[in-house]
Amino acid sequence: MTENVDQSKRRMLLAATAAAGGVAAAGAGAPFVMSLMPSERAKAAGAPVEVDISAIEPGTMISVEWQGKPVWIVRRTPEMLDLLPKHDGDLADPSSSVPQQPEYCNNQTRSIKPEVLVVLGVCTHLGCSPTFRPEVAPTDLGANWAGGWFCPCHGSRFDLAARVFKGVPAPTNLIIPPHQYLSETRLLIGDDDKSKLKGGQPADKGATV
Amino acid sequence: MMNLLKNLLAWVDERFPLTSTWKAHASEYYAPKNFNFWYFFGGLALLVLVIQIVSGIFLTMNYKPDALFAFASVEYIMRDVQLGWILRNIHSTGASMFFIVIYLHMFRGLMYGSYRKPRELLWIIGMIIYLALMGEAFMGYLLPWGQMSFWGAQVIVNLFSSVPFVGQDLAILIRGDFVVSDITLNRFFALHVVAIPLILVLIIVAHLVALHEVGSNNPDGIEIKKNKGPDGHPVDGIPFFPYMVVKDAVAAVAFLIVFVAIIFFAPDMGGYFLEYNNFVPANPMKTPEHIAPVWYFTPYYAILRAVPPLFGSQFPGVVAMGVATVIFFALPWLDRAPVKSIRYRGPIYKGFLAAFVVSFIGLGYLGLMPATELYTWISRVLAVIYFAFFFLMPWYTKIDKCKPEPDRVTSK
Amino acid sequence: MNAIKKLGMLVLLMAAPAMAIASGAGVHLDTAPVNLKDQASLQRGAKLFTSRCLACHSANYMRYNRLTDIGMTEEQIKKELELPEDVKIGSTMQAAMDSNSAKLAYGVAPPDLSVIARSRSPDWLYTYMRSFYVDASRTSGWNNTTFPSVGMPFVLADLQGEQALEVEQHEGHDVKKLILKTPGSMQPAEYDAAVGDLTNYLVFMSEPSKLVRQQIGWIVLAFLSVLLMLVYALKKEIWKDIH
Repeated sequence: MTENVDQSKRRMLLAATAAAGGVAAAGAGAPFVMSLMPSERAKAAGAPVEVDISAIEPGTMISVEWQGKPVWIVRRTPEMLDLLPKHDGDLADPSSSVPQQPEYCNNQTRSIKPEVLVVLGVCTHLGCSPTFRPEVAPTDLGANWAGGWFCPCHGSRFDLAARVFKGVPAPTNLIIPPHQYLSETRLLIGDDDKSKLKGGQPADKGATV
Repeated sequence: MMNLLKNLLAWVDERFPLTSTWKAHASEYYAPKNFNFWYFFGGLALLVLVIQIVSGIFLTMNYKPDALFAFASVEYIMRDVQLGWILRNIHSTGASMFFIVIYLHMFRGLMYGSYRKPRELLWIIGMIIYLALMGEAFMGYLLPWGQMSFWGAQVIVNLFSSVPFVGQDLAILIRGDFVVSDITLNRFFALHVVAIPLILVLIIVAHLVALHEVGSNNPDGIEIKKNKGPDGHPVDGIPFFPYMVVKDAVAAVAFLIVFVAIIFFAPDMGGYFLEYNNFVPANPMKTPEHIAPVWYFTPYYAILRAVPPLFGSQFPGVVAMGVATVIFFALPWLDRAPVKSIRYRGPIYKGFLAAFVVSFIGLGYLGLMPATELYTWISRVLAVIYFAFFFLMPWYTKIDKCKPEPDRVTSK
Repeated sequence: MNAIKKLGMLVLLMAAPAMAIASGAGVHLDTAPVNLKDQASLQRGAKLFTSRCLACHSANYMRYNRLTDIGMTEEQIKKELELPEDVKIGSTMQAAMDSNSAKLAYGVAPPDLSVIARSRSPDWLYTYMRSFYVDASRTSGWNNTTFPSVGMPFVLADLQGEQALEVEQHEGHDVKKLILKTPGSMQPAEYDAAVGDLTNYLVFMSEPSKLVRQQIGWIVLAFLSVLLMLVYALKKEIWKDIH
């Protein structure tokens, strides 16, 4: 039994044991790391929200809570929709090239149905919730204001498709959350997985182990 | 690359005793080469400590130390936290395993005379660790806020109220309230999660420093430092690294197999590791029929119950229980035998040690049972045996006929 | 090692008679047919639980969507357990009656049943649900041989029927027997099976992770056994240096 044979066998055994030990350590670490992921309670609290939009008057907005944040649903009038393309020049991202919306909302009105806008009411600057200003040309916002949102914290402005204006602190358009229509009047916010739909039954985000 | 690492190491060594510490305590620290099975438990205790601390940290991320939310938060961990049930089972199993390992570790000390000169201080530090561990386990058990948690704490804290003159105030000081309440829960949480773990770690470091100062004992009870080779190292010693490290690694994996088997197949352990009544939320209005401490405290609990009240006070029982716990501190001075290890002791010591083990286990069992007349009578007999092991030791170790110790270690 | 063997024997000698004395005298419990692999049984039990027990009892730590663990889809859960529209699949099982009203009605708040199978054994639960009998001396009109003077009325009387307690004298001590006086909609064997399903479900609900923990356990043990062999071989190899 020479020193060399011993050493190479020793080294192999050490490497094999170290490798197996490494796998064991990774396995042992798994429950600890996994426990940091959202728990079932977090998932349940962040579950999609179903909203009945039949009562929303044209030109008005309602606010619902999803994942702890406000989601605005606006029933836009034909006049509001007509004014949308008129100020593209004042907008930082008029064609929504930055992906702040699902691809089914990457259009002129940033929505599935042209008249109903579903948008996350959180300013993309520092997270305040902007104020809804649907009226045209109020004194404090100027003659060019065609309706939209004004953020009181640092003055960011968004139009009625939630697109951000140039020259304001906010860098991007407001986020459009994933959503889908369960019927003409029922909107599901937070889930756009149509495969979960079955004959009009809402598909809540369930949780498994 | 190797050169870079060598230079980096040299830079560190100029500023921090890294290599010298490694040499002194690992690669050139000599341990007896005749270590047997009983010498695994110190290392395993360290492993369990790490397991408890790490699992404890992650449990603390999800546990709520509030009487209204505590029980629910444990179920939250069991059901909603991803793989949280593994964390909880690790921690509850680890608590019981800690005591199994520590009792076996202490038993090794009894068998091989590890508490004898020059290791008296090592033994004392170890006993302090044991007391701190008992406090840690007691406070940890309140946290799930089940019926056993609440009433176990209520009973034990009430023991302090039996201390003459200061008892009532002492109990109120410990609880922070007139009964065990949310206030008690919150402070036990702070002590269990922060204070005692810090103290434990510091005392364990002291324990290892004391050990390395005198070197380990061994199953033959002889001092290997008395016989040094030409290189200055004990002829019966081998470097801790790599030999003891790799040997302890085998023990660790074998231990983990047992640990894992319990966690995944029998975390309740028949109601001994996770008690059935603790799945009922604490109800201060309803005392359970049968209150017993967790299994690892029951030998002392049996002694407490065995002592009859004196002048209407349970205080003598409390004293007996206290003495039973701290009498271990006196061992280095009670033992008068000329040899350390049981291998070379006479029949009297062996008989007393066997009787002591029977009494410890017997008392442990009886502590779990209701205090019937028969059980109380048996507990008294066993308690006498328990104390006799210690109090008669100066006498029987002196008269015992021992065999001569060898010069070199034997391989059993 | 001799001392160890001796005291091992002594311990065993001591333990034997002690265990004999310790074996509890108490209510006889029937063996519950628990089988967590029987998903059909668990689902039947779930239905029985949510339709009959949640009226008064809560299961605050159990979420409806956890039933996907026993083979139900979310649609099935909503439909078969008849969840109201406003109850989300991820919500926990609340009682229909609030606990204060229940306390007033029954004298004691009906306990939450999330972990009932971990504090009471499955055998106890199985026996309890089958040992109610008519007792005119009680406000609820019911009593139970497994849980004397229980506050709970027998809500499954329509299924089992009504039992009466008959006490016979046998060699100096009482033998209690429950006799079915009025039949219910289920035959006795059918009712026993339904309670078996309910108990099975309660065991699942008390610890949903029990389904997977044994599976994971085997995998981990297998892996650790391999690691043990490797580290042992490594130890033997390195210890060749000694002696």
